[in-house]
Amino acid sequence: MVDRINDIWGEGTPHPRGTVWPARVDLHLEEGVAEADVERWVQSACLLCSNGCGCDIAVKDGRMVGVRGRAGDTVNHGRLGPKGLYGSTPWASSSDRLTRPLVRRDGQLVETDWETAMGRIVEVSKGLLAEKGPLSHGFYTSGQLFLEEYYTLAVIGKAGLGTPHMDGNTRLCTATSAAAFKESFGADGQPGSYTDIEHCDAIFLFGHNMPETQTVLWARILDRTRGEDPPRIVCVDPRHTLVAAEAERTGGIHLSPRVGTNLALMNGLTRELFTHGWVDTEWVEEHAIGVDDLRDTVAPYTPEEVERICGVPAADLRQAARIFGESEAVLSTVLQGFYQSHQATAASVAVNNLHLLRGQIGRPGCGVLQMNGQPTAQNNRECGADGDLPGFRNWDNPTHVQQLADLWKVDAMTIPHWAPPTHAMQIMSYAETGSIGFLWISATNPAVSMPESARIRKILAGEQCFVVVQDLFLTETAELADVVLPAAGWGEKTGCFTNVNRTVHLSEQAVEPPDEARSDLDIFLAYADAMKFTNIEGDPLIGWRTSEEAFDAWREATRGRPIDYTGLSYDKLRGPSGIPWPVNDEHPDGTDRLYADGRFPSDTDECETYGHDLLTGGAVTETEHRAMAPAGRAFLKGAAYTPPHEEPSEDYPLRYTTGRTVYQFHTRTKTGRARSLDQAAPDAWVELSPADAAGLGISEGDWVRVESPRGAIEVRARVGTVMAGAVFAPFHYGHWDPHDLAPDAEHRLANELTMTVWDPVSKQPYFKTAACRVTKTRDGDGTSPAPTTAASAPAAPQTAEAPAPPPGGATSSEVLADTPHYALDPSSRRT
Amino acid sequence: MPHLSTYVGLADRSEQILAESFRAVGLGHARAVDVFHTCNLLAEMCDRHRRQLAPIAERYGEDDIEEPERLHADGLAQARDGEIGLLRDLQDLHVLATLVQSTWTVIAQGAQGLRDAELLDVATTANEETSRQLTWLNTRMKVAAPQALIVAP
Repeated sequence: MVDRINDIWGEGTPHPRGTVWPARVDLHLEEGVAEADVERWVQSACLLCSNGCGCDIAVKDGRMVGVRGRAGDTVNHGRLGPKGLYGSTPWASSSDRLTRPLVRRDGQLVETDWETAMGRIVEVSKGLLAEKGPLSHGFYTSGQLFLEEYYTLAVIGKAGLGTPHMDGNTRLCTATSAAAFKESFGADGQPGSYTDIEHCDAIFLFGHNMPETQTVLWARILDRTRGEDPPRIVCVDPRHTLVAAEAERTGGIHLSPRVGTNLALMNGLTRELFTHGWVDTEWVEEHAIGVDDLRDTVAPYTPEEVERICGVPAADLRQAARIFGESEAVLSTVLQGFYQSHQATAASVAVNNLHLLRGQIGRPGCGVLQMNGQPTAQNNRECGADGDLPGFRNWDNPTHVQQLADLWKVDAMTIPHWAPPTHAMQIMSYAETGSIGFLWISATNPAVSMPESARIRKILAGEQCFVVVQDLFLTETAELADVVLPAAGWGEKTGCFTNVNRTVHLSEQAVEPPDEARSDLDIFLAYADAMKFTNIEGDPLIGWRTSEEAFDAWREATRGRPIDYTGLSYDKLRGPSGIPWPVNDEHPDGTDRLYADGRFPSDTDECETYGHDLLTGGAVTETEHRAMAPAGRAFLKGAAYTPPHEEPSEDYPLRYTTGRTVYQFHTRTKTGRARSLDQAAPDAWVELSPADAAGLGISEGDWVRVESPRGAIEVRARVGTVMAGAVFAPFHYGHWDPHDLAPDAEHRLANELTMTVWDPVSKQPYFKTAACRVTKTRDGDGTSPAPTTAASAPAAPQTAEAPAPPPGGATSSEVLADTPHYALDPSSRRT
Repeated sequence: MPHLSTYVGLADRSEQILAESFRAVGLGHARAVDVFHTCNLLAEMCDRHRRQLAPIAERYGEDDIEEPERLHADGLAQARDGEIGLLRDLQDLHVLATLVQSTWTVIAQGAQGLRDAELLDVATTANEETSRQLTWLNTRMKVAAPQALIVAP
């Protein structure tokens, strides 16, 4: 039996380069349940990080009692991480589930029936439509619904109401990933595959603490770095994460640029490729445009200039560039350290540029993983509930809009396409003034997760905007709503989701939702019915009732687009699991990697966007795009570095940055209700470097006040591995406290301090570029509650006396003697 | 070359007015944080054009600068209120930036006639960057327009 709280990645299965990743099946059952007791195993995939691991749900007596990895699944080869093992099922039978709708009466939320709750919603919705039209309506959704639910919501919003005000909390996690793909390649879509891990000879992780964000993927990398012919790791992160340690171990390098200076670093790396002749000029000539402009843009960023801006030694930058320039197959991964930081899209596009300049795209080992933070963020991007048009269509292209109008049988004028979709922060601003008077929030908790959270709570609580929240629990956001709808969760409904890697899974209903809770799909359908949305023929706009019918409708929406689901069906997804799109006549079994032919969806008539000026976000026009004649070539785009919006000052001398811990997900809605996970990271903390802590007279475990110009938190200090001058806080903690153990749950919300500011292209808010000051408020009585197992480990464990977290429940893990065959895996094919 | 120096003066003055106006609009609409930050960024762009022009302006002499009155544009001393005010302010900035851009176009013609490579380089770069400013203004106006025209309180 293995304790996967302390042994986060589980038993290693090292193997040589170019060979298939061995299978290991992980299993966890609730205490008191033996494997023989399980009545049914129901096919699904894990929803507690963006990796999308295939799993089966154990059912006993009508309850979900555990999970088991699917050995044959293309994503995880049977493994699951601590969150998946311990956090997948306990929330479902938690005693505080929402089981009946609530409406606000005399300032209080009181239980009611569905008819009353939906009646109230429809009354307000119809009233506002009559008075002000569809621009009075906004929808803010999630990165965790199923594909069928996003698509249904997208059709309701775009063809039923006709509002451009739709976005998801995917804006906070993955908007930059999508934007970077669109700017470089013409359309969204992950070019590479996880199988690149088996074939590369170097892995660059840009602002990506993978050991904590995607533990199973990190296990896959460890199995390469601990095997024969390992790749070198290069880590870009202001904290000395486990990635940094692995970089040092493998002969790679750890670069810690000052928070907010990523683009200067990337410009320096790019310049080095030009200077040393590491550019594959022949490939670039044939497959990309913009190389001369890019060379000019990066010219001023000499290693010495980068050192001045970023604080990264010039020699280290040179070494990192050399690793990129001299490796034959580099895999790059990017996450929030870039996406939520200054000049996010430009810095992420720069990663794509490095690959294009080296001609390292489209073949095994040469992957770009512009990651997602959430498990079904990709679906929101694909289906258009985040504001994009479904099927990677271009809102600026009348032909694309007409395709949707024909599909939905509505007037093209109904579909909002006169400007870019309204992004989440702008939706909140409109709600602030009452310009949006009806805001529907599903499966997310903006009162905790959005920047400058006190402002968000004030907006949601105000009278100027009617707020509907549908969720599993009475979250910090639901507490402020006018109507709360109880939703069914994972395992209580059926639907598909697609991970960061384009891999589609079917998650089947295992159990009934509690009492009156309904699936998000059913809730959206009930609203559409009550609003009587019809098409031009007078038939109901939403012609489907079940999730399978919704999937079939979605399939049609993808026909002929770069994202093509036409070859997929529920039946097909019940076979060997984990199928990456496109799946169509040409690729009946799916597609391991895009752009193998070096042709990109950049043509003016095909592309998802005409692109933007990366510095200002100004939009390229169709005429300008056509004049560039991209014709299937990728774009090399650059921008000059500018300083972050808030720099340290005398009053606020430190740089504030936020992030995750391995044991929690989001605002802990699910993971906080799993005892093992909650105990492993029970309360918020803040990390300081040993130098800063010493200067401020702060010791491990002391209570400190962290303040920015916008707010403050009071938490205990971890003297950790963050770089000097920077302060790190985990973002998971709101005032909800599952076991009432936090000494001060009211003053620990990391986003009290962050800024209302966003990237000009992706519109992703910046959570990593605020200035702050730290003062000690009182002595602690032991170590801080920060975990000791990963990047939050104390800088000096021997003096900090930091204990290991309490063990998790019993978990079994079995390495299979025979590795299954994975149809699309280049290594599997070879053997 | 009295008229070239007049235009050099006009470029300098109109870039200055545009920079001041960007800053006034940015500050006045600071609640729209993207407007605030981008306007400041674009104001710095104008400052840079003026710095690049300064040594050349000295060469052609400052004495002759006398703007033709018709080409004089008033800057935006103060931002307007609300969403419709933002839209109107962005529109005014667009008019000012157009004046700046056409001024650089005219100067570039003069620079070519004089074979003044340095001036041509400044005029070309500034012209391109003013295009970026106009692109952003256009993009931002399109975003702001529907809500401001139809729903804004």
